[in-house]
Formats: sequence, structure tokens, C-alpha cells
Amino acid sequence: MLSFMSSLIQGISLGSVYAIIALGYTMVYGIAKMLNFAHGDVIMVGAYVSFCATQYWGMPPLVSVVISMLVCTMLGVIIERLAYKPLRQATSLAVLITAIGMSYLLQNLALLIWGANPKVFTSIVPFGALKLFDGQLMITGETMVTMVCCIIIMVALTVFTGKTKMGKAMRAVSEDKGAAQLMGINVNLTISITFAIGSALAAIAGVLLCSAYPTLMPTTGAMPGIKAFTAAVFGGIGSIPGAMLGGILLGIIEILGKTYISTELGDALVFAVLIVVLLVKPTGLLGKKVHEKV
Amino acid sequence: MKFRKVVSAALAAAMLMTGAACADTINIAVQGPLTGAAAVYGNAVVNGAKLGADYVNAIDPDYQVNIIPEDDEHDAEKAINAYNAALDAGAQMMLGTTTTTPCIAVSAQAYEDRVFMLTPSASSPAVTEGKDNMYQVCFTDPNQGLASAQYIVDNALATKVAVIYNNADSYSTGIYQTFVDKAAELGLEVVAVSTFTDDTTDFSVQVNAAKDAGADLVFLPIYYTPASQILVYAKGIEYAPVFFGVDGMDGILTMEGFDTSLAEGVMLLTPFSADAEDELTKLFVSQYEAQFGEVPNQFAADAFDGVIALYTASKNAGITGETSPEDACEMLIAQFPSLSVSGLTGDMTWSADGTVNKTPTAVIIKDGAYVGYTK
Repeated sequence: MLSFMSSLIQGISLGSVYAIIALGYTMVYGIAKMLNFAHGDVIMVGAYVSFCATQYWGMPPLVSVVISMLVCTMLGVIIERLAYKPLRQATSLAVLITAIGMSYLLQNLALLIWGANPKVFTSIVPFGALKLFDGQLMITGETMVTMVCCIIIMVALTVFTGKTKMGKAMRAVSEDKGAAQLMGINVNLTISITFAIGSALAAIAGVLLCSAYPTLMPTTGAMPGIKAFTAAVFGGIGSIPGAMLGGILLGIIEILGKTYISTELGDALVFAVLIVVLLVKPTGLLGKKVHEKV
Repeated sequence: MKFRKVVSAALAAAMLMTGAACADTINIAVQGPLTGAAAVYGNAVVNGAKLGADYVNAIDPDYQVNIIPEDDEHDAEKAINAYNAALDAGAQMMLGTTTTTPCIAVSAQAYEDRVFMLTPSASSPAVTEGKDNMYQVCFTDPNQGLASAQYIVDNALATKVAVIYNNADSYSTGIYQTFVDKAAELGLEVVAVSTFTDDTTDFSVQVNAAKDAGADLVFLPIYYTPASQILVYAKGIEYAPVFFGVDGMDGILTMEGFDTSLAEGVMLLTPFSADAEDELTKLFVSQYEAQFGEVPNQFAADAFDGVIALYTASKNAGITGETSPEDACEMLIAQFPSLSVSGLTGDMTWSADGTVNKTPTAVIIKDGAYVGYTK
């Protein structure tokens, strides 16, 4: 029972990292209606910036997170302006391919700047594990911080999109870009801000990912990015609580699958679950069904 | 008068040089990546080989070894070009290549051309398979599994062993297979086996499986990058078994940002340890440090031993500077199975299939450095 609990906690820990990344995916998809496959690589950049800030410039961990968020926000806005904005009227396939190209560009730039040798990220979490039942059940500090961050971000985003003027503009753009523009909403600005928020979240996700799993390489963001995308689709892409639910469920499925079925099948299980969910409920767990009008 | 002095001096020098040329000189190509991402390995091999040549040349003035270094950039195509360039430069045999992928390409070509090759460090069995002219100084990957199991049992390091390996990597699975077979044969209990792939970010399941099974030693036939993640997680859950690695673990201490205290007590099997107390190792390490400014690694030691092996075999076979590479190849093939060489990495003999037999030693990480393991 304790070992099951321990696996469950580990699953929630991995899942909450997926959830934070998935929040970024789902935000951008929900509003700009595009899959930003470079999101995983912005995460990697965020982690590298934080690494440099603490290791080379001797900054405290929290300051490094802020710097990393600023750099990623700028990066996200620049990527949007240079690569995606000119394609606003293009087919979604063209945008998708551009996003994949951007992902490779970021990975290779990181390879040039930081080299191929892996770096070991020092955790930003200052406290150790919480021990329960005489140390038989341990919740690491990183797990707690990641879970708390995940919940705060989800609530903040839900409130932001529901209550603020900019949030309402985002929802309007998401619903109908043309009509939103006619109502006097600055669509380009709205999409830019969406990217800025998504990229700032990516920086937080990068730091938390590397705090829990400390190896930092130019490809560090790739696999978690794909898993988080799976999580976003699983939970219903475009839905903020859906991304969180999808991420955490995916983490739990992965860890429990590895523990009780086979370590070799862990990743296969994750994607098998995605296929089953899409067959049964094509919009994802919390996704809204949208009727296409012809 | 002055002119005559110069002429006589020049003549004397020329006579001396012809005198030196009377001694036989064999030409050995030494090939590896001297530039690019894998340059650290190729340079270690060339430096080790240079010291090996200096060593035998000092001992035996009548039978000299000349090294011809070639750069293959760890690329299979460039490796063939480098190999051809070495032959054009007069190489009669090859100490190389350093890395496995180029070595598979070059050894296929050398097999057709009938050129003898002794690789210091390409450890895949695919390097020697089906080629009578290809020998290794290092252990093959699967042999590391055998040697590790044997070492753990001989030194009574553990009774319950867990294995974590990368099942997407042939190096790792190869060692794992021979390790479990040998462990079963020796009665070493393997209580948990778990796997991961190159894309794995979370190692909690694997480490917990070892912990829950009560393993007192975790065998890690993997490279140092995932190993570092495993060490970090194990520390987090306060699980402290003996971690036992193979040559892929070499390099963990130099990872940027890695807290070396995490690797305290990690053991790894390696044929060479720079702090060994024998005379040859002391001489080698001091000269290497003096000439190249760093502590030699296993690659340099293997290359040093490779030069000694080629020198001994060539001399026994009666190869001279005039022998063609083809003839030298057949003469060396006849020599190697009966050859016995004592070098930095131990006493070596070779099987006719090209693999080496030697006794590995283990090193343990203490205070951020490798130290020879003693019970």
C-alpha cells in the first residue's frame, strides 16, 4: 500500500510538470489556434538561462527564475512576431511546419551556445523531502513546489481569462477572430500577449522540470514537450483545467504503468491511453464539442 | 676554413642519421577523432601512443617505432580517407581507430586490403566479428558484464543486486545480458531489473524498484548522464547502495554542475587507474602530465599498451621497415594469438577472434577522484 502511495505521489509529481507545460500548449492553442511545437524548446532555453544565472553569474535561485521568465517572454514574443505572425492567414499546416522548424532552430542554437555536453541543474528548491510513516513515504521538496505552482498557475489563468479585460479579449479572439476584430479588439496584440504568458510559463516549467530531473541538454525539452502536448490533448486542448487534469493523469499512468506493468512499456502506455481517449471522446476529457458550420 | 668545418659537421650529422636509419623503424598509423565533439578520446589515444613509442624507442634503439597520427573526426567516411592517407604516408599497420562507428567502417576496408588493425578502445563486438586482422586492447562490451559479475562475487561486494540499464542502447543491453547470465552462473542474486530509454526523464520507478527489492548493489551498465540522474534521485530518497558502473561511467566527475559528493563511493570497473602504484603506471602518469598537462585516462593507457603489443609482435615476427602492409598483416595475425604482453592495463593475451583477455580492476570514487579499490 505504501509503495502504491509512493508511486502515486511520484506520478503526481511527474504529472504536475507535464501539467505546467501543457498549460502553455493549451493557452496558445486555445487562443491562437495553433500548435506551438517549439514550446518544449522554450522550456529548455528557460532552464539554461536559469542555470547560467545561478552557476556563472552567482545569482540566487529565485532571481534566476525571474530572469529566465523575462528572457523566455521576450523569446516567445520574438518567435511569434518573426515566424508565426506572417503566417496568420496561411493554412494551419504551414504554421505547424514552421513551429516544428522553430523547435529544431532553438535546439541547434542551444547546441551552438551551450554545447552538447549535459549540464547538471542544481535544484532551486531549498528544502528537503517530507517524510511520512517513519520515512517510508517521502514527498520530495520539488514535488511539493511543482504541485503548488501548478495549482496557483491554473487558478490564476482561469481567473485571468474569465475576469480581466485582456482575458475576455483572449476568449473572444479564440471564439471568432474576425468578429473580435470587428468589435475593436486588437487581435495581434492579444495573440502576442498569449505567447508572452505561454513562454513565461515555459520558463517556470523548465526550472521546475530540471529541478526534479536535473540533466540539462539541448534536447531536454523535447520529450516532456511531446508528453505535455499529449496531456493537453488528453484533457481537451484549449481547456485550462483540462490541461492540468490531463497532465496529472498522464504522469500517474506513466509511473503506475512502469511500476506495475513494465518499465519497458511506460511510454507506450502513455500514447496508447491517448489513442483510446481520442477514439472514445475525440475532444478530450474536458474539451468542448464544437459544431463546425459549413 | 670555416666552410670546411660546416661541411664536415654536416657530413658527421649525415653519418649519424644513416646510422640511426640502420635500425629498423616500423610505421604505425594511430587514428581517432583529433577534432570535433569526440576529440577528447582521439587526442588521448594519440598522446598515449606517442608515450608508448617513446618508451619502446628508449629501451630498444635497434628497433624503432614511428607514429603517424590521423584525424577521422569520429565520422565513418572521413575515417576511410584518414586510413588511406596513413597508408600513403607509409603506415604498415594501424593502432586504431579510437571510436566504434568509424572503426567498423575502417576495419571492413582494412580486412579487404589486408592491413592489420589493433584498436585501443572500440569496444563493440561488431568491430572484430568475422575479421581475422582485427584485434582489441580494450574489453568488448559484453565482456565488461562478465568481468563485473565476477568482480562483485570475488570481492563479496553484495548479495542482492539490482540492474538498471538502457534498453534502447546496444552497448547497455549487451553488457546487461552477459552480466545476468554470469550472475546466474555464479549464484549472485539479481533481485530487480528495470530499464529506461534515451528519452526517459524520470528514474524514480527504476530506483524505487531496486530499493524495494532490498538490493545492496545497483549495477549500472550505462553512460554517465542517466547515471547522474539516478544518483540524484537515490540521494533524494536516501537510498545508498553500492553503485557499480562500467567504462561508460567514466566522465561523471567532469559533468558541469554535477555535485561530485553524489558520486562518493560509486565503483566502476576499468582496466586502468592513474593512481596505481606500479612503476610503469607511475612513469606513464608523470610523463603524460608533464607533456600534456592532464591526468591520462583509460584511452591513453590502452593506446600505450597497443603500441607495446604491436612493437612486441612485430619484432617477434621479424617485420622490418621494408615489409609491406599486406605481409605485415599475415605475420601479425600469426603472432597475436600466442602473444603475451604486460602493460599499463594488466597482463594481456589475445584469442584468435581478436578479443583480449586481461584482469580488470575496480576504482572507487573518493573525495571527487578515482582511487584504486582495496577491500
